[in-house]
Formats: sequence, C-alpha cells, structure tokens
Amino acid sequence: MYPTDFYYSKDHEWVQIKGDKATVGITDFAQKQLGDVVYVELPAIGTQLEFHKTIGVIESVKAVSDVYTPISGEVIEVNQELNDSPELINQDPHGKGWIIRLKIKDTKDLEKLMSSVDYEKFLEGIEA
Amino acid sequence: MKRTRLYPFHKKYGARMIEFFGWEMPVEYTGIIDEHLAVRERAGLFDVSHMGEILISGRDALPFIQYLTPNDASRLSPGQAQYTALTTPQGTFIDDMLVYNLGDNKFLLVVNAANSDKDYEWIRSHIASFDVQVENASDAYTQLALQGPDSLKILKPLTEINLAEMKYFWFSWGKVAGEEALVSRTGYTGEDGFEIYTLSPNPGIIWEAILEQGKSFGILPVGLGTRDTLRLEAKLMLYGNDIDETTTVLEADLKWLVKFKKGDFLGREVLLKQMEEGIKRKIVGFELVDKGIARPHYPVFLKGEKVSEVASGSYSPFLKKSIGLTYLPIEYTEVGTEFEIGIRDKRARAKVVATPFYKRPEKAKTE
Repeated sequence: MYPTDFYYSKDHEWVQIKGDKATVGITDFAQKQLGDVVYVELPAIGTQLEFHKTIGVIESVKAVSDVYTPISGEVIEVNQELNDSPELINQDPHGKGWIIRLKIKDTKDLEKLMSSVDYEKFLEGIEA
Repeated sequence: MKRTRLYPFHKKYGARMIEFFGWEMPVEYTGIIDEHLAVRERAGLFDVSHMGEILISGRDALPFIQYLTPNDASRLSPGQAQYTALTTPQGTFIDDMLVYNLGDNKFLLVVNAANSDKDYEWIRSHIASFDVQVENASDAYTQLALQGPDSLKILKPLTEINLAEMKYFWFSWGKVAGEEALVSRTGYTGEDGFEIYTLSPNPGIIWEAILEQGKSFGILPVGLGTRDTLRLEAKLMLYGNDIDETTTVLEADLKWLVKFKKGDFLGREVLLKQMEEGIKRKIVGFELVDKGIARPHYPVFLKGEKVSEVASGSYSPFLKKSIGLTYLPIEYTEVGTEFEIGIRDKRARAKVVATPFYKRPEKAKTE
C-alpha cells in the first residue's frame, strides 16, 4: 500500500531519495485526514530547510495544515501543477501530488524516519 | 459529548465526527466539496438536531415575543415562520433564530445549538409580568434538513402534506415516512428545501426513507463542514462569527429585520438612534484578489492599518474562490473597495463584492 522505497515521518510526510535529491509529499493517510485540498502554499526555490521546518501549508476547505520537511536541504523544485490542481494531493498523494524537491543536505536525517513497514504499523497504532 | 438520535446513521454513512459545542456531530461524510455540490445541484440531507427549540405559550405569548425581538411577529399567521433575533437593550444579538407561529398563542423558537441554554435563560429572565410559559424542548426534538433543487421531488412521495403549495417560510404538520412531524419550507443553504422537526423516538426511519427515496437523484448525507460553506455563499449569518453581543442589527446589514413601527422591543431606542445618526461600520462580503484563503480572525487592513478581523472566511466550493465577511468602516463599504487581509506573514488583496455571493437560479413556482 505504501511505496516501499519511501521513508516516512511521524507527521505523515514521505520522502523518496534519488542520488543527492529528495522528493517530498504527504501520505495517503494525511490527505484523507485533510479532506479536499483547495490551496497549497509552496516555498521559494533556493529556500534552505532544516529537518522538520515548515515547507509551507496545505489548505483544505476548512483548515490550514503545516507541512514539515522530513529531510534537510535546499529547495530546487516545487510542483507548480498544485497551483491549478491542488486536488492532485488527494488524487495521487504518492505520485503526481508531490510537493517539493530538495538537494539533500544531511542524509543522517533519514535515521529519524520510518520504513513503509514501520509506517504502516505506526498507522495501525493511530487508527486503533 | 451529547449525541443526537441519528448518531448511528452518522456512523453508518461513514461520517468523520467532531465536537461541536458539546455535541458529537458529523463534519463530513464523502467530502465537503462533494457534499456542497450535491446540495447545489441535487439534494443533501443534514442532521441538525443539535439546534435548540424553545416553546413559548400563553395569553401573552405574542406580546412577549414582540418585546424580545426586532421583527414583527404579529404578521405571522398560524403556519408561518420568520427570521428574527433576540436582541439586547443595545440592539446587539443574543442570538439569531426562526420563530414559528404554531397557532393558539403558541410559538416555536428555533435557535443556534451553541446558544440554546443561554437563550432559554435570557428569555426566562425577561418573563416579568408577561402571562407566558417557556419550555426548553431542545432535547426532545430531532431536526433534519433536506436541501437542494430536488428536495420537493424527493420528499413528496414520503408525506401527505402538500409540499408544492407550501410557500417559503410556511410550515405544516403531517407524517413523513409514517412519523409525525412538522415540515417547514426553510433552510440555511440558499437552496429550496425543507426542515423536518419530529418528536418521534425513531427518527432514523425518516432519515433512511429520505436517503432511499433520494438515491436515484444522487442525494448525499451532508455534514456541518458543508453546512457552513453553503450558508456563507448565501450570506447567511453565523452567530459567534458574524453577529454577537457586540454587533448591532443595523451594523450586521439586517435593517430589514427591524420593524420600528411594531412597538417597543429590547434595543429599539438604540437602533433608532443608530438609524438617525448613521452606522459607523457595516458587515460586507469580500473575495480575495490575490491567491490564498481568508479565514476567521485573520487581520483586515485598510491603508496599512488594522481595522477589524475576518468574521467568516472560507474557500467557496461552488464559486471556486476565497470569500468571506468582515466589518469595515462605513466609508469603505462600497462594492469594489480594495483592502488587505493578513495571511500568515503576507498581505493579500481583497475587494468588497455584492452579496449574496450565490443566488439560486429562478425556477417555476410550482413543481
């Protein structure tokens, strides 16, 4: 269910590593909790982000939710499609609904994250 | 937390539940946008049993209500309802509500869930020498709202009441799905629809019958999240956000509610003076010009200075833009006036627009 090549944070963000680059998004569990996403505030290219700092916000009809980066790095790309189609986060949270791409600063941050197996266990604990 | 008698159905239809002023209520079922569009295009069914119902009866019922409210309840025939308010001596709001003339010197007040107890105490504290009985019947009633253009077609087969002949803001008693109920042509969505009040111990029968009958129309159960987005588009007030004990009826742009000629009522003098001197601020509708979503309590700036806060604000699922309500100084309330709203660390431009933001399309009067 959850991609096995992703890492997961306790705040329900995922990160996919490719070389020295990381793609970040929120998980399917998170998008279900949020409801219909209607607006996404993305950071500027070049923004330096420390682990667990706010990337931006995702807004559903009724609420504003902070998104935190599960890995530190420099923002090199943001998903512009989310400007016109914020609902991509609901429709394809692990794929087309990606939020930012970072140039990784510290791979040691990955030690703070969960594998897909651990994340699924973590979710069972929440939903119990 | 309190639960309504329809709680098992909230769960059955997969509602996400929240706490709402002491009640465990459904905020959404299939999603706010889905539910919102269902009501605008077809029909939606709400459990609004958390609302309060207060019965006023007795020889002085009408004069008592006339004293407590700004609208003219003497215009109500039995079978008719009106929107009104409980006002303070300052002409501000204790609550907004509907009052139904049940006939035989008996009136039903339908009040906000958040204010049921407060309103009941307020009303009782003003009985003085009026010959009336006041009963808080809030826990006895289950209230459903069926709203949307297909409401009449869906409800018609379930009741012997002549719905087609029921004019807006009128009501009737009868059976719905075999259960005794009061049905009024009222609602909080800006669409055609009906509110159904029942004392039945099995109101789920009505709930399920309406959903079953409405299946072929694409009816959806609807939660409180969508109740809010719908009423905002229709520019209907929400107590606590848009009106409260600090806002006068005139400042809230509800001058039509105030019938000065009907006689004395709480707040009449202050409101009359405000009419004569002119109000200093007024609630207006706005939409964002820049990107973003304006939400309640975000600061509102005019020429760089904070003048108020957003009262109501949300993404509008039908209009697909950020809309809201705020109080502005009277000189700045003309349509087209631009101002700014603080959204986190930025300022987003907004402009005053005409309201309601949404008006339902004209249809043939009888269906």
